[in-house]
Amino acid sequence: MIECKNINKTFNGKQILMDVSASFEQGKTNLIIGASGTGKSVLLKTLVGLVHPDSGSVLYDGRDFTLADKEEKQVIRREIGMLFQGGALFDSKTVEENVLFPLDMLSEMSKSEKEDRVQFCLQRVGLDHAAKLMPSEISGGMAKRVGIARAIVMNSKYLYCDEPNSGLDPQTSIRIDNLIQEITHEYNITTVVVTHDMNSMLEIGENIIFMFKGQKIWEGTKDNILGTDVKDLQNFIFASKLIRDMKN
Amino acid sequence: MKSFGKYMILMSTLFVRREKFSVYWKLTIDECILIGTDSILIVAIVSSFIGAVTCIQTAANLVSPLVPIYVVASVVREMSILELAPTFTCVVLAGKVGSSIAGQLGTMRITEQVDALEVMGINSASYLILPKILASLITIPMLVTFAGLLAILGGYTAGILGNIISTQDFIYGVQIDFNEFNVTFALIKAFVFAFLISSISAFEGYFTKGGALEVGQSSTSAVVKSCIAVLVADLSLAQLLLN
Ligand SMILES: Nc1ncnc2c1ncn2[C@@H]1O[C@H](COP(=O)(O)OP(=O)(O)O)[C@@H](O)[C@H]1O
Ligand SMILES: [Mg+2]
Repeated sequence: MIECKNINKTFNGKQILMDVSASFEQGKTNLIIGASGTGKSVLLKTLVGLVHPDSGSVLYDGRDFTLADKEEKQVIRREIGMLFQGGALFDSKTVEENVLFPLDMLSEMSKSEKEDRVQFCLQRVGLDHAAKLMPSEISGGMAKRVGIARAIVMNSKYLYCDEPNSGLDPQTSIRIDNLIQEITHEYNITTVVVTHDMNSMLEIGENIIFMFKGQKIWEGTKDNILGTDVKDLQNFIFASKLIRDMKN
Repeated sequence: MKSFGKYMILMSTLFVRREKFSVYWKLTIDECILIGTDSILIVAIVSSFIGAVTCIQTAANLVSPLVPIYVVASVVREMSILELAPTFTCVVLAGKVGSSIAGQLGTMRITEQVDALEVMGINSASYLILPKILASLITIPMLVTFAGLLAILGGYTAGILGNIISTQDFIYGVQIDFNEFNVTFALIKAFVFAFLISSISAFEGYFTKGGALEVGQSSTSAVVKSCIAVLVADLSLAQLLLN
């Protein structure tokens, strides 16, 4: 379980996160939803430690990440995998080398163990045939899948995904969403996904928090989100006619 | 001033929280090969041409019959080793190496590759920048040495083809009154310039914010700033070491 408590963050005098507390459960896909610019990415970056909060704390299964010293931080970091918005693959390395990279840098495995693990993870995301390709030679959806493989290669306990289906067609989006959910259940990972995609919300939202102007103003699941009486959340989800019709 | 402080902080973080030495070894060798193969042609062309031009222009200005012709060769040697090879080469390299370092790091920053390293718990600054600086410190002095040789050779070729000087006179002129400290001085310059070019360009690239447009701006600004730094350092070193 990942928890954050009373997180505040100000950039250039502008408060981006206001007293955000939330918990993200193990073995579930936890969603952070909200309009663009409401601080979803900043919250995610605070959770992984790329952004330091002005106040508040982040706990990984009870271990305080914000207060941890260098070594404790390193231990927790090794349990974290992250899928970035554009994939963030290292463009000078092949698909295979990208997935191998965390193992090379951080693990004590033997060469053949590493190769097996890379092979396994690429197979898991359905990309074993693309191992030798460069990031510039693969499609956006494939890049995301490589990103997922790289994120889970260290046997991560925690998986973060920032807008995993931005820039993808609906069909590919659904495949990526399903892959994330399957992996979460299969390995009992604590997964946190930032999204503003309605489809993902209703498909994989086992636990959802809604961010509005830097604050968390609602939390629930895909089953009760459509019945919400929070005005700002209603405006957000019923912006499209399709969803309005679906509700009626 | 604020960015100078940020630059100093970046330089100091390069040496803490490093990864295994073997990781850096391989990365540095890769960078050396990249810088070397990328720049050797342009360095060769530039240095042989300026050597040739120095020879022709010196000969044209030495019209007095009192000055022996071998002096042309000595002038070519002095000019090449002291100033043309290190400074000219490094200004060219500021363009070539500097823009490539800044462009590469800038692209990695805006596509979140830098963040990806940080999330893994890797010190992205030292992982990405240190090999580039080390590779520059190794490769650029080599390129400068090579440029010095080619400049003298260019001067010789121009001298012979233009019927300015005989082979004998040239060899005599190149050897006479040779001050070995000048070579040391040229290498000191090369090391200093190499550090300035690589670190300034890395700084510009590493802190890129925004998108593709800003990567271009970082590259340009890396070239301009490292050129200026090279010229200022050239002047300071001349003051410091020749007086
Ligand atoms: N490093 C930063 N420096 C200054 N402002 C930032 C920084 N990162 C994000 N912001 C600001 O924080 C706000 C929220 O951004 P973000 O979390 O990316 O939104 P989103 O919910 O779309 O992911 C934006 O107004 C953005 O400009
Ligand atoms: Mg975002």
